Amino acid sequence: MAAKPTTQDSFLSRLLHNQILIPLAALLLLAVFNLIADPSFFKISLGHNSNGDPVLSGYLITIIDYGSELAILAIGMTLVTAASGGQDISVGATIAISGSVLLRVLCGTDTRPEVLHSPIIVAFLVSLLAAMLCGAFNGALVAFFKIQPMVATLILFTAGRSIAAWVNNNELPMITEARFSYFGGYIPGIPIPTPFFIAILVFIATWALLKFTNLGLYVQSVGINEKTARLNGLNPEIIKLGTYVLLGVCVAVAGLIKVSRLSTINYSVIAKDIEMDAILAVALGGNALSGGKFNMSTSVLGAYVIQFLTTTLYKFDVQSDALSAYKAVVVIILVVISAPTVREKTSAFFRKLRTPDGAAKRG
Amino acid sequence: MNENSLLEMRGIYKSFPGVKALQNVDLTLREGEIMALMGENGAGKSTLIKVLTGVHVKDSGDIFIKGHKDAVQIRSPQEAQQVGISTVYQEISLCPNLSVAENIFIGRGEGRMVNWKNINQRTKTLLDSLGIAVDPTRQLGSCSIAVQQMVAIARAVDMECSVLILDEPTSSLDESETEKLFGLMRDLKARGVGMIFVTHFLDQVYEVCDRITVLRDGQLVGEYDIAEMPRVQLVSKMLGKEVDDMADIKNDSPSFSAKDSTPLYEAKALCSNQGIKPFDFHLRKGEVNGFTGLLGSGRSECVRAIFGADKVTGGTVRMEGKEVNINKPIDAMKNGIAYLPEDRKRDGIIGDLSVRENIILALQVKKGFFKPFSRAEAEKFADEYIKLLDIKTASTNTPIKSLSGGNQQKVILGRWLLTHPKYLILDEPTRGIDVGTKVDIQKLVLKLASEGMSVTFISSETDEMLRTCSRLLVMRDRRLVGELTGDQLTQNTIMNTIAGGESNGG
Amino acid sequence: MNVKKVLSIAASSLLIAAMSAGCSSSNGSSSESTNNNSNESSSAAPASTDKLIKVGIINNDPNESGYRTANDKDLKAAFTKENGYDASFAYSLKNDEQITHAQKFIQDEVDYLLLSAADTAGWDSVLKDAQAAGVEVILFDRTIDADESLYAASIVSDMAKEGQTAVDWLKSQDLPSYDIIHLQGVMGSAAQKGRSGALDDTAKELGWNIVTQQTAEWNAEKAQQIVQSAIDSGKEFNVIYAENDDMAKGAVAALDKANISHGVGKDVVVMGFDCNKWALEELLAQNWNYDGQCNPFQSSYIKDIIDTLESGGTVANKTIIMDEKGFDASTITQEDVDNFGI
Repeated sequence: MAAKPTTQDSFLSRLLHNQILIPLAALLLLAVFNLIADPSFFKISLGHNSNGDPVLSGYLITIIDYGSELAILAIGMTLVTAASGGQDISVGATIAISGSVLLRVLCGTDTRPEVLHSPIIVAFLVSLLAAMLCGAFNGALVAFFKIQPMVATLILFTAGRSIAAWVNNNELPMITEARFSYFGGYIPGIPIPTPFFIAILVFIATWALLKFTNLGLYVQSVGINEKTARLNGLNPEIIKLGTYVLLGVCVAVAGLIKVSRLSTINYSVIAKDIEMDAILAVALGGNALSGGKFNMSTSVLGAYVIQFLTTTLYKFDVQSDALSAYKAVVVIILVVISAPTVREKTSAFFRKLRTPDGAAKRG
Repeated sequence: MNENSLLEMRGIYKSFPGVKALQNVDLTLREGEIMALMGENGAGKSTLIKVLTGVHVKDSGDIFIKGHKDAVQIRSPQEAQQVGISTVYQEISLCPNLSVAENIFIGRGEGRMVNWKNINQRTKTLLDSLGIAVDPTRQLGSCSIAVQQMVAIARAVDMECSVLILDEPTSSLDESETEKLFGLMRDLKARGVGMIFVTHFLDQVYEVCDRITVLRDGQLVGEYDIAEMPRVQLVSKMLGKEVDDMADIKNDSPSFSAKDSTPLYEAKALCSNQGIKPFDFHLRKGEVNGFTGLLGSGRSECVRAIFGADKVTGGTVRMEGKEVNINKPIDAMKNGIAYLPEDRKRDGIIGDLSVRENIILALQVKKGFFKPFSRAEAEKFADEYIKLLDIKTASTNTPIKSLSGGNQQKVILGRWLLTHPKYLILDEPTRGIDVGTKVDIQKLVLKLASEGMSVTFISSETDEMLRTCSRLLVMRDRRLVGELTGDQLTQNTIMNTIAGGESNGG
Repeated sequence: MNVKKVLSIAASSLLIAAMSAGCSSSNGSSSESTNNNSNESSSAAPASTDKLIKVGIINNDPNESGYRTANDKDLKAAFTKENGYDASFAYSLKNDEQITHAQKFIQDEVDYLLLSAADTAGWDSVLKDAQAAGVEVILFDRTIDADESLYAASIVSDMAKEGQTAVDWLKSQDLPSYDIIHLQGVMGSAAQKGRSGALDDTAKELGWNIVTQQTAEWNAEKAQQIVQSAIDSGKEFNVIYAENDDMAKGAVAALDKANISHGVGKDVVVMGFDCNKWALEELLAQNWNYDGQCNPFQSSYIKDIIDTLESGGTVANKTIIMDEKGFDASTITQEDVDNFGI
């Protein structure tokens, strides 16, 4: 039937079905809206921060700055979604855990250390290990015990912040060392926010992982048809577990940025509700939340689009506790346009549009 | 309507878009009789049952029930229950977390007040009368499957059903449980209940049934008294081949007589968790053999055990004389075994992935996680097999799910040929594909064998097996019951062996 | 099938175990400390029971917040044997558990029951029991819905007063203009209502300009984004009025990024609440201007009341509002930081 599509058909359907269409359209919509409402939204100026280092500022910079943690999480969340057909809702809580571990290693038992107890890289590696363990815990529940991902990750979602507080005896360590603030701020002399560079690094690393290993093929195979994947020699359990551990890596990196932004942590509010934004980014990237085929770049784009939306709403002084209502609207639109019936109707609509045109040509 | 008939179905037609599922089917069930409903997959058994139980509404035809003057209309399962038709399905459709008594009385809508003591008492009386030894207050889920099945039957009996349909009730029971079930069925029979028994197990048919209705391709083949129906006749009716009229189609592929050489593959007492009895099996280089038997006889389970697709629970395996461990598919693949599964959609394709990715998948997995093929290499492989197998696809990038069934099958075949296996297992490679492709695949199998590849071939179509295989292993009721070679390879002997029992077919 | 069932049972029990472990990580430790404390006190008690005043203290979990930790520390330091008290402590964030503790204390015949209730409702009957048993009840930090006759005194903070103190301080600064970014706590909480109300009223009265009024939900990150947004859109402002220290910190991070000077004698006045130790240090370093106290140190008030009651006096006004300071960066001392930082 569809084995030999005509060229016209394939062009239209490709446009309609291309994943990048959704986030791109959303981005365009937001950009146009801001352009009309206040063109100064796009103004970028070079200034200096209070340390005298050059920094770029402007809404666009704010977006690439604050959207970066989300973009990093969206990368891991995309993999988890693709392989297990479900989402990890504990990422906010595991950020609290890994951030808490990071500070614990940096500060020891002293909450206000004059000098750091260990190099930042060591502390980061320990927090990375903690986050990967959390990921492995979630992954094991999902892969080996076949618990639904949302239910499995509900455990850490509920308990994670208490664990984070327990790691530091409920103290709030604070780092005065300037170098530590670079990760969530600026490296002296470079006017672009560091989180954006970190996001790019993570993206490149993931891209390389997809390019130089079979991660993409394996994850998609398992996500689309687990039985077939098993019969082709794959081990679906290990692959699912692996995606959760990779998400753990993303969580640790995002945690580093989050903690570095303020050089301290607040267990109950750090990275609050970020899991929902990360899931939304995956969906906005046109990836099916039921798993299977995925596109990493569109998820990342989706993450920045969400931050674009958040920043726009802040600009127009929308009450921040109402932000989630606006995101809910985005979710509703997404769900509706990705529903199969709507897709069918739209392609039928386009086909109808084309038919008289084609008939005229023939006539 | 006959005096002693409970149920008569006359001239039932039912079609679905593109399929004529039932054409002019009749069925008669008498009081106190167990009727076997037989037929291969797609014969229309389940459609007929669903028409009778109101899941599907028939297109035309009449259903008569004893006690109703005119033909009855059954448009929903509720209506079926009202006229006294109850069904016990293979999968228990009761609530495992409720007690036995609750399950028997739930949803019967009698009165608003529930007197549990009374209900437990009534349940006990009912179960005692049927000889089912179970405490009414016990949670159903904690009972064995056989007991659950019997509770389902008891529920049906208590609802004063006159017609009881048992749809594959024994498929998850062991022998002693099956015996218990049969005991209950005989009891009910003595009370005058008419039963329609759907099963794949021939032995069971001959053990409890009185008459047999055979369907094939949506049409009635006939109704027979069990006493007058030798097994081999039954098999031939089901498969649609007349025993004596069938011409022998000789296998013209060279037979392998090199008995002294080490087999390529050899299994001793292999068994899996899918209930097949331990079996011995071997295969020589360049040989094509096949497993045959009725559906559900365990032929697929055997090859799945060979490939490690199911959990292997025992037995030893040698490849080229060397003992190897094959516990999961990757082990088999590393030993040069390839397996094209029976259910293409469920086990074969990765629907959303492209033809290219589907072709390289197995070889890629074999090669390893850290060594992906470059896009160019993958394209080359894909093009090679698209050309070799004449796969009709728009491009290598087309998702496999948008290909036709035959082309999907060729893609999966290509996937396994790409791994250059020493031993290729094909389970129903020709099911649901057009005739041209079927012949292509048969030819390909023989060509591969002539090049030295060993092949195990499974097909529901006996002539296809005869055309390709030089040796056939016959399965019945999950047991390997015979091995046919040379002159034995005729439709008649195959059917006799499948049917088993006494040599009442000749 | 059976294997699956077993697995799912195992998984769900693991789930339950993990959840209870997660929850008990804080509760477990607190109940442990309860036991320890009561053991200590009872083992020490026989020596000089007559002279010691027996008090039972029911508090919220000290891990709840920095405020609560300081509160607990203060009480523990005050009610010691050296000071003439035989004190037992019990902690819970749940009302029913607190009530159980209270009943136990009444049975143990404590002289005074000190209570910071988790919930306002449900205390009537247990307080009546206390009255019948001759136990004096003193509420601290939180009020309850019960008749005034059922307790001896209630020592509370007045959030509106805290706000008013801060706003009065701001008024006294005599800034040439008042352009304020107002960062609110979680909307509807007592602290938010009190601290927002004072600013709203005065701003209306004196014509102060509220540049942005947003809830950052006590969250530093959100506060940072809100202030960042105000900076990006080029809004002019010279006061940050943040309803807690965390949000003030977030705001300051945004200011630093944009090189907007803040603190004593600088472009932007920074105000916070709660007197966290680190926040007071910012004051001391002149980076912030003002921090309003939310006083966790109730022990001295409680002691006064106990002394009054012990000497046979009565408490005239049952609701006692604590003095709560506001610290000004220009006058704060290291001593203040050490004494009042929590």
